[in-house]
Amino acid sequence: MTAPSLPDSPAFVSFPGAVRPARHHWVDSYGVRIAVCEWGEPGAPPLFLVHGGSDFAGTFDVFAPLLAAAGWRVISWDHRGHGDSDHAALYSWDADVRDALSVLDAITPDPVPVIAHSKGGGMMLQLAEALPLRLSRLVVIDGLPSPDPHPDVSDHEQRRFTRENLAQWLDHRRGAAANFRKPGTLQDLARRRKRMNPRLSDEWLLYLASIGARRDLDGWRWKLDPAIRFGGFGPWRPDWSLERLKSMPVPLLGLTATVEEEMGWGTNHKAIEPYMPPGGRLVPFADTGHFIHIEHPREVASLVLDFLE
Amino acid sequence: MTVFVTHNQVKLALHTLRPGAGPNLLHLHALGDRSPASVPADLESWPGPIYAVDFTGHGASTVPAGGGYTAEVLMGDADAALWMTGPATVVGRGLGAYIALLIAGARPELVRGAILCDGAGLAGGGDRPGPLNIRGVPGRQTAPDPFALVELASDLRPPDYVSRFAELAVQHSQVKPPIAVAARSRPDWLKAALSVPGVEELPLAEALRLLADA
Repeated sequence: MTAPSLPDSPAFVSFPGAVRPARHHWVDSYGVRIAVCEWGEPGAPPLFLVHGGSDFAGTFDVFAPLLAAAGWRVISWDHRGHGDSDHAALYSWDADVRDALSVLDAITPDPVPVIAHSKGGGMMLQLAEALPLRLSRLVVIDGLPSPDPHPDVSDHEQRRFTRENLAQWLDHRRGAAANFRKPGTLQDLARRRKRMNPRLSDEWLLYLASIGARRDLDGWRWKLDPAIRFGGFGPWRPDWSLERLKSMPVPLLGLTATVEEEMGWGTNHKAIEPYMPPGGRLVPFADTGHFIHIEHPREVASLVLDFLE
Repeated sequence: MTVFVTHNQVKLALHTLRPGAGPNLLHLHALGDRSPASVPADLESWPGPIYAVDFTGHGASTVPAGGGYTAEVLMGDADAALWMTGPATVVGRGLGAYIALLIAGARPELVRGAILCDGAGLAGGGDRPGPLNIRGVPGRQTAPDPFALVELASDLRPPDYVSRFAELAVQHSQVKPPIAVAARSRPDWLKAALSVPGVEELPLAEALRLLADA
């Protein structure tokens, strides 16, 4: 029997400049299977891209090929519970950083340049502090610490919790084993994502849904583990991150958004200037939201390539 | 008797140490420990049924791959157990004492008083981050999970965070005392909890007596 041709089949979805990775493989991080992907020549020098919270490596499908075309082997991965990586029993900031190190270690023992977006930036600042020998340079795209963190920070440093927040979080945990993400057409998923990313084009979001969702019998669902919940709470304090930033031992380039979004980090570049490490550089992008590398892929690639030279 | 309660991908072992009628008591064990096989001598005076849950990665509960432990997830373990037992007085030892405080603040309608006792993991990782430990913990995937021992021993407990949970418990609890500190150790987070009016220092036996009648 031939499968029916549906209008929301991913075979019909493309986006100008978007290129799927040339290679996919798996890395075992202490029993959690991490999906790793690569663009560019396998023998080229490695460069790593790190996605943000609730995202996945496919969000680099336009940006990564620009870096690969400049002669880099561009490597990214889906964090645990995201994209094609295993849904884990436990999620934490430290576990994400540990998984990141597992991926780096699987590719090379040498210092490598890393470009990280949003929560990925915070993770890489922690890795740079703990093991500065592993990073040669770090670019953080709207992910530097902020005195007023936004929900994308996840279960790490949300300070203003109430009884109601706690009860909702626990209710979600109670139901996590039986939760499924809401099914729909690819267009439905793109429309839902648009609520959080209003600046991104409908065409891009439809493309994103086609690579970040799976098709079940009752429709498409984002692959993101339904146990992962936007927002949360935890004991971390943003001033700890800001203090650490001052002594960051790896050359740092920070790109900041100027238009706040629901998924944004809320970083105000003027507020973090006093905390930048010696030689660190901040570049604010005017009239730009949280996904700077998606809104301006060529400009960001050009800045990054100059910084890596 | 042991039943298993689902918390995300983890099966939590919930043991009935003593069945019967009357007020419920839920025991939360210390870091690296497991639930006792029978009613401990210092809980014998409790007049009702006594339950005990093995935290994730401990005892007969699932040992998950790849770590990722936080005190907040263990608070979810306690919540899953309370969902089965119904409202209960919670007695926690060591790490379990800290979890008892968290769940008392988060589910004041289910926790009929929390009693905080000494035990492994009472201190936690202090109130500020120290040296970072990124590498994983190689070894067999057996209980107690080495990841749990490392990650929950460095769990941060800043005073304002801890006192917020204590305040919520005092504000919304239906019993007195909402939190009783029977531990003799005084890590900073416990001092912060004790600074909240309504949190009382009481010997375990006295706390059990008051809460059984509450």
